Amino acid sequence: MGGVRQTESASNPADDQGQPRTRMVTISIMGKRAQVPEDATIMRAIEHSGQQIIRGAGCREGFCGACGTLYRLPGDYRIHTGLACTTLVREGMSLSQIPSVPLEKAVYDLEQLSPDVDCIKRLYPATFRCVACGTCNKACPQGLQVMDYIQAAMRGDIAELMELSYDCVACGLCALRCPAEIIQHKVGILGKRLYGRYLRKESPELDARLQELKAGRFDGEYAELMSLGGEALSDRYYARDMEQ
Amino acid sequence: MYPDYLKASLEKVDQTRPRRLELAKSGKPVYPPMNAAEREDVLSKFHPDSAADARRPIRIGPNQGETLTTEISELLEAHSMVDPARMAPHLAKPDYETDLLIIGGGGAGCWAAITAMKNGINSLIATKLRLGDANSMMSEGGMQAAVSPTDSPARHYLDAIGGGHFDNKPELVRALTEDGPDVVRALENLGVMWDKMEDGSLQVLHGGGTSRRRMVSCRDYIGAIIMRTLMDEVENHPDKISVREFEPAVELLLDDQGRCAGAILYSLDTEQFLVVRAKATVIATGGFGRLHIRGFATTNHYGATGDGLVMAYRAGANLRFMDSVQYHPTGAIYPEQIAGFLITEKIRGAGGQPLNKHGELFVFPREPRDVESAAIIRECAAERGNGVDTAAGRTGVWLDSPIIDQIHGEGYTRHQFPGMCRAFDRYGIDITKRPMLIYPSLHYQNGGIEINERCETNIPGLFVAGEASGGVHGRNRLMGNSVLDYNVFGRRAGKYASEYAKSARLGSLSLAHVTAYAREMVDAGIESDLTSPVILPSYTPEDVRLQQMARLGNIPARHSLLRSRIGCGCGGKEAK
Repeated sequence: MGGVRQTESASNPADDQGQPRTRMVTISIMGKRAQVPEDATIMRAIEHSGQQIIRGAGCREGFCGACGTLYRLPGDYRIHTGLACTTLVREGMSLSQIPSVPLEKAVYDLEQLSPDVDCIKRLYPATFRCVACGTCNKACPQGLQVMDYIQAAMRGDIAELMELSYDCVACGLCALRCPAEIIQHKVGILGKRLYGRYLRKESPELDARLQELKAGRFDGEYAELMSLGGEALSDRYYARDMEQ
Repeated sequence: MYPDYLKASLEKVDQTRPRRLELAKSGKPVYPPMNAAEREDVLSKFHPDSAADARRPIRIGPNQGETLTTEISELLEAHSMVDPARMAPHLAKPDYETDLLIIGGGGAGCWAAITAMKNGINSLIATKLRLGDANSMMSEGGMQAAVSPTDSPARHYLDAIGGGHFDNKPELVRALTEDGPDVVRALENLGVMWDKMEDGSLQVLHGGGTSRRRMVSCRDYIGAIIMRTLMDEVENHPDKISVREFEPAVELLLDDQGRCAGAILYSLDTEQFLVVRAKATVIATGGFGRLHIRGFATTNHYGATGDGLVMAYRAGANLRFMDSVQYHPTGAIYPEQIAGFLITEKIRGAGGQPLNKHGELFVFPREPRDVESAAIIRECAAERGNGVDTAAGRTGVWLDSPIIDQIHGEGYTRHQFPGMCRAFDRYGIDITKRPMLIYPSLHYQNGGIEINERCETNIPGLFVAGEASGGVHGRNRLMGNSVLDYNVFGRRAGKYASEYAKSARLGSLSLAHVTAYAREMVDAGIESDLTSPVILPSYTPEDVRLQQMARLGNIPARHSLLRSRIGCGCGGKEAK
């Protein structure tokens, strides 16, 4: 830090209680150096440095894809990817959050689509630029075989596209790293919706239940239960039988 | 990897598993479920709501004198971000005009927009973070819906109202349970892929407090699958549904007749206050987990700070059941980095068992959530002292997951729980081989703004749906009924609010209710340094926060907003 010495921050909650200090590592957060606890996730480290995250934090549990992050490590030429909420910091890590991915989502009427390769061609034509380089697989913080689901999309295999993109959190890091400029995660969402709408197995018991509801089959039961007072309702509740 | 100090207890879990497996396969409950008296006993002694200082009366507003959760009383006895006098000139020149304003872009908000659109009404969704940044995205285990031939919607009604200790508003429970099967069909028509059996019938599992297997699911990603489907559908209609992200609402607007007439948004980027004039308004802001009630870690989304409660209360809306908080029985406590994370109840639905440090069962695994949580807290409390301690200072119990594959066959856990497996794999823990360490985690706002089955409030033109509403779940919600709630009532809010908007006439916009509320605070002698809504929690270290507080005049400082006294949820340690 040149001639400037930054004093030990008091930002170490264990200090006041006389416990041993948390061990700290030095990282670079979007170009600014900071000392953060060595056991922190990237998200916690950013907050420890005093920043209030606006873009780049969401569910904080690995579901929402708001906190996609690129980073490098000392002596390693590679760009690594991770979700800030679940990736731990490392000494010398240099990181940038990528909270938003520029893209054009296809606008469509699901009712007018068919679950086939023509649909993919029409809505996401760039999909067919895939050169099978596997960069998307390396970029995926969920460890998904992204390239395989893009290849499935190119074959019109919607079931495989659904299956392999099931756990996608739509962080979009694959789309940013893709040399063919495909929007993988959006293709995945389209594939899942096509599967659910057109390729699902039908559920006859659900049809039957919907018919019963339409016919008012449960109106009497509801009326009876809703007329019961506290104790009678409680008795009924605790006496109900349990399906194993 | 588990550290050495946990090995002895882990071995006991392994030792008792064969016996517990036999129990699980016997078809009988693996531990006796509690009767009414036993439930009451454990709740009154060990549920966090029962602590002496957990509740206090609120001194002003529609629920004045009623005992609410202490942190909620504080949140409501706080200052508005907006100075009505300075806003007055802007009210005549709205920044946005719309037939229907929907506050919140989670599941309920998206459904309201889609349903209103089908009813011919265009809408504006204003949301704090991104569209879909909501607790809806995070639900894992499933949604209750009485689809199975052995089940019925009326039986679902009985389970839900018993789980809520018979306090729920009956007409809301009927709406919830009666709409369930249609929600399942509507979602699959939008492209949601339900877990199904070979013959196409929906896979149904048990949840806590269910008397029939009723939990439909999308592996352990139900929230992400439904939410991304609804978002995608909203984004397919940019001409009919406008979305404003990073613009949370901070106050409602009324007109001169006392009807809801829109809201004031706060742009997180520019710090502007933006005026929305709307014929009808839906609050779908979700819950309050990020207020870290009683210092608990939370399973909730970053933006879950109960903003809707604050706005609606200042405008005169009644609240219901805001004296009760849901703690999810199974929040992770190890490793420290994922403390508070939700471990889906579906784990117990599939046969997972909570065990004490001796590897012994101590509670029926599928009690209603409040009872199950209280029983876990009791097991860890000094009286029994059967909890497992971590080096980071947390105490919890085991949740035996390896038994699931032994019940259902190898590979079942990895297929049904990909999210859970991934969360623990990252830290070298294979949950098909090792149990998880858990403790109750702040999960759900049981109560909220009172609604009827049309999602109407006592303020004309104001509708509420989802976790922000109160009455559906009484004082305790069952697993899978919140996913159902935001689907059922999001659709209903869209339907009835759009109907209302068709004939609504608005007078001039007013913030007189905010002025009156401030006066009420002064008259009641309330002194507070808190500004609400809170918008985002602060996880800044204490010393940094103190320096931020040096700003003069308590002017909201960009987004840090001084987040004042809201703790981090880890008893002094920093949050995840």
